[in-house]
Amino acid sequence: MSKVEPGRVREDEHLIVEGMDISGHWNRMFEQRVLWSHDTGPLEKLTAITGAESLAYCYQCGKCTSACPVDSVGSYSPRKIFRKVQTGTDLLTNPDLWLCTTCANCLRVCPKEVNMISIMPALREVAVTEANVPPELQKAFENTFQHGNPLGEPARKRADWVAEAGAPATILPRERRPVDVLFYVECYWSYHPRGRDAARAFARVMEKLGVDWGILGPEEKCSCDSQRLAGERGLFEMLAEQNIRTLAKYEFSRMVTSDPHAYNALRNEYPKLGAEYPIQHYTQFLAPLMGQLPWKRRLDYKVTFHDPCYLGRHNGEYDAPREMIRQIPGLQFTEMFRCKANGYCCGGGGGGMWLDSFTGNHVTERLSERRVREAVETGAEMLVVCCPYEVSRFEDAVKSTGNEGRLLVRDVIELVDEALR
Amino acid sequence: MHIAVVVKQVPDLVEELEVDAAGTGLDRAWVKMKLNEFDDHALEQAVLLKEAGGAQVSVVALDGEGIDQVLYAAVARGADRALKVDAGTQEPLDSRRAATALAGAIRDLGPDLVLTGVQAADDLFGQMAPFLAAELGWPHVSVVSQVEVAGAAVRVQQEYAGGRMATLEVDLPAVIGVQAAPQPPRYVPVSRLRQAMASGALETATAGAGAGTGGAAVTQLAKPEAGRGAEMLTGSPDQVAEKIEALLRERGLLRG
Amino acid sequence: MGNVLVYVENSETGVAPIAFELLGAARRLAAGLGGEVEALVAAGATAELAPALGAADVILRMEHPALSPYLPEAHVAALTEAIRSRDPQVVLVGNTSAGIDVAAGAAAATQRPLVAYCTGLAVDGEAVVAHSQVYGGKLVATTRTEGPGVFTVVAGAFPGAEGQSGGKAAEATLAAPATLGSLHTRFIAATAPSGGIDIGRADRLVSVGRGIGGPENLELAQELAAALGAELGASRPVVDSGWLPKARQVGKSGMTVKPKLYVAVGISGAPEHLEGMREAELILAVNSDANAPIFEVAHFGSTCDLFDLLPALTERLQAS
Ligand SMILES: Cc1cc2nc3c(=O)[nH]c(=O)nc-3n(C[C@H](O)[C@H](O)[C@H](O)COP(=O)(O)OP(=O)(O)OC[C@H]3O[C@@H](n4cnc5c(N)ncnc54)[C@H](O)[C@@H]3O)c2cc1C
Ligand code: SF4
Ligand code: SF4
Repeated sequence: MSKVEPGRVREDEHLIVEGMDISGHWNRMFEQRVLWSHDTGPLEKLTAITGAESLAYCYQCGKCTSACPVDSVGSYSPRKIFRKVQTGTDLLTNPDLWLCTTCANCLRVCPKEVNMISIMPALREVAVTEANVPPELQKAFENTFQHGNPLGEPARKRADWVAEAGAPATILPRERRPVDVLFYVECYWSYHPRGRDAARAFARVMEKLGVDWGILGPEEKCSCDSQRLAGERGLFEMLAEQNIRTLAKYEFSRMVTSDPHAYNALRNEYPKLGAEYPIQHYTQFLAPLMGQLPWKRRLDYKVTFHDPCYLGRHNGEYDAPREMIRQIPGLQFTEMFRCKANGYCCGGGGGGMWLDSFTGNHVTERLSERRVREAVETGAEMLVVCCPYEVSRFEDAVKSTGNEGRLLVRDVIELVDEALR
Repeated sequence: MHIAVVVKQVPDLVEELEVDAAGTGLDRAWVKMKLNEFDDHALEQAVLLKEAGGAQVSVVALDGEGIDQVLYAAVARGADRALKVDAGTQEPLDSRRAATALAGAIRDLGPDLVLTGVQAADDLFGQMAPFLAAELGWPHVSVVSQVEVAGAAVRVQQEYAGGRMATLEVDLPAVIGVQAAPQPPRYVPVSRLRQAMASGALETATAGAGAGTGGAAVTQLAKPEAGRGAEMLTGSPDQVAEKIEALLRERGLLRG
Repeated sequence: MGNVLVYVENSETGVAPIAFELLGAARRLAAGLGGEVEALVAAGATAELAPALGAADVILRMEHPALSPYLPEAHVAALTEAIRSRDPQVVLVGNTSAGIDVAAGAAAATQRPLVAYCTGLAVDGEAVVAHSQVYGGKLVATTRTEGPGVFTVVAGAFPGAEGQSGGKAAEATLAAPATLGSLHTRFIAATAPSGGIDIGRADRLVSVGRGIGGPENLELAQELAAALGAELGASRPVVDSGWLPKARQVGKSGMTVKPKLYVAVGISGAPEHLEGMREAELILAVNSDANAPIFEVAHFGSTCDLFDLLPALTERLQAS
């Protein structure tokens, strides 16, 4: 009989198959693995949830593990989650439920189309319904519900940034008229001090281009895409319905937004609620117009660029921001090792923006910190971004990784503005 | 066990508050209202008691703009009944008038325990819990951070300055002014709120006469004088330290 | 008529500091009203408490076993009794935990108006004009009370010194009301402050930011906190670096605090931090960068180097 560890490997001393003698080690085989001894109940419970079915498809090939940004600072990936659930972890009460940023890099490589972008929101929705939400995230939800933005700022002040822009912006509820472009400012450009810098730069660039544009001002509310991905579908639906009603009141021929997350919502999610918009990200809108700008100075900066997951992987736009960088006079551009379809995630997506400390406790370093190190390695002195979440995240990470003075973080619109002054 | 939770809305302090033309009240056109955070804790405490030992929870509020959503949110959170009391006005009443107006409806409801927030941002003329207790003639404890049922009584933790605390036992029926529930108010998923709203299960009652207390009247409401931004203290470190010390002394913030 | 009655809060540790602030305020009001200051001290035994109350003209002593340790129901009855028998024009109660119980209960029982959160009190003719902090301190309400009224006064609004001085007051004994024999509230136990820190409960906080440089310098902040009787808080980088535990983090992803005093040391004032502390009653910021956003929410600021200012301030506070 078996000479090797019984129960793990089997080996028949004498075995002849179809006339061939395969005795001894020639027929050595693994016994059935422990896999089968686990209760499949927890996995079945999860995959029965609408939207989470594809978790069951995983065949443990492991391709996703090398793609997952969270795995590079911890132990994570769809493969590992599948395995944990299979061996009895209740994902609905486990911190792993909240670590996925829905960056979609795993989906890009997965042969079985295990779709975390659908699985995570579905499972989180169940957790949210059971009122099991990390406090930081809960606050963002409550703020969004109460004030229409996750920062908890007064709705009334949503257009306050305009005052110091030094260029006009039509606030449509105050000055009702049809416009060519309706600019959906979104929350971080409306309220975050660094976002407001970018919004003001945008207004000045629009003035130089002579575009006829307007904003919804205090009537605009969060597009709510990240809240949806973080599991608050009801909140998303409520705000989406309100935004759709608001948008219906105004006349415009196209729509532009600052935020890849809003872009994703308006392009892919609002249509499911019956509202279609001619929406562009501001880099898509501006890239073809760059040739018309009256440049005033060269910007002799060595720069690199970070792809926002929700502009790049989710919506396939890699060229527009690069085209803008190419046209700004003077910039010397280097790609980071991970870019475009394989771009690294800043950690802010899928609710990560409001789970910063929570996530921080479960990873060795924040994704934004890892990314800042990669940017520094290219020799760039400036990290260019085009997502409102990223400026604050990366500036914070520049400090915490001790790179202050070595790397600046700028929105691409700030560079356009600077080269026009 | 039947617990009534009395809730109300207060102006959201995130917003800037403007004073009306008369200079004695808020310019309500601009005010955004939200559930008083202490009432929110009172509700959480009630739901925790319900979960711990079984209880019926009724939320009670005076009618007013936006109160329906507050009541539905309470139902979504775990309240069994929601009662809206019509005092014949949509204008907010001060706590004392509100207590008189609500007392009848609460007596009809017949709870064993009334929980409400210890204070509110706008209760210039005193707090709801003690007034309500006085109206009902029930014992009362305020600034409570924990409530447990003990037979025909409740045991409560009352907090005092400097972190001192005492456990008191109060015979039911009683009114408790809640400072904080043992855990932060739980999240109400919007989908559940919408379900509650769709169910439309609000009960209504009519308020008793809200007797006022004449004598005190607001003659002015204004922003505090200090301007925006810090007043900078200048000089050498020693001089600045001296100024800070004087400042703290003036405000009674020196270690006493 | 025209007298001012002060409710003297007390515990096993003696007369509460707020009582002296009230006595000081009462002296000024009584002068304006042409009346006297009466101090009600209600406790199981009052002999040891009364001597501290020399700033009053008359000390009203009420004794009953049910009055110590503090029971809200008992003290409402005691103050109600005192108001009924002495009929003062003004009743002053601290806006403390006990004050919330007692003032409203007694005001309701005696049908007098109550004005809460007072930070200023003055006599105008026959009336009392009060300033109260409302809406989280965002607005100040001025009220005018004609005739008798009860006022709850915010701690720290009046200096305690005036209420601590004074000579020998007359003493009178007030009979405890009969209801004290049949209360519905019982004292079970005193609870010591819990061991784990909860900076949300601290009424003074000294918070340190990255400007502190490293864990080796925390001592500077700790000493200042000790001199102020404050707890130590921190911005996130300090917590992330493991210099202080997570429970001390203030801000968006930490605690939201509303202390009476918040001293921000070496904190720039990022919006994520401000979110957690902007409601503090008095904010003092120390930051060498005059343009740091923390100065926009701070009430007072200094651009001194924290390594110079902290030791100087600590020394001064220890000496005082
Ligand atoms: C999603 C998210 C959540 C966050 N949550 C929080 C949170 O909950 N709490 C929080 O605090 N932060 C939070 N942050 C981080 C926040 O953005 C800031 O990075 C952080 O608050 C900065 O901390 P700091 O002020 O201590 O450090 P810095 O910004 O580095 O400021 C240090 C300050 O010290 C001053 N200084 C230096 N030396 C001296 C000296 N010798 N004397 C006097 N002054 C000196 C400097 O002028 C500077 O202003 C969050 C960030 C994100 C993106
Ligand atoms: S979506 Fe991104 S973060 Fe989530 S599991 Fe896939 S690779 Fe990891
Ligand atoms: S790539 Fe897909 S199939 Fe392969 S391990 Fe990951 S989730 Fe499973």
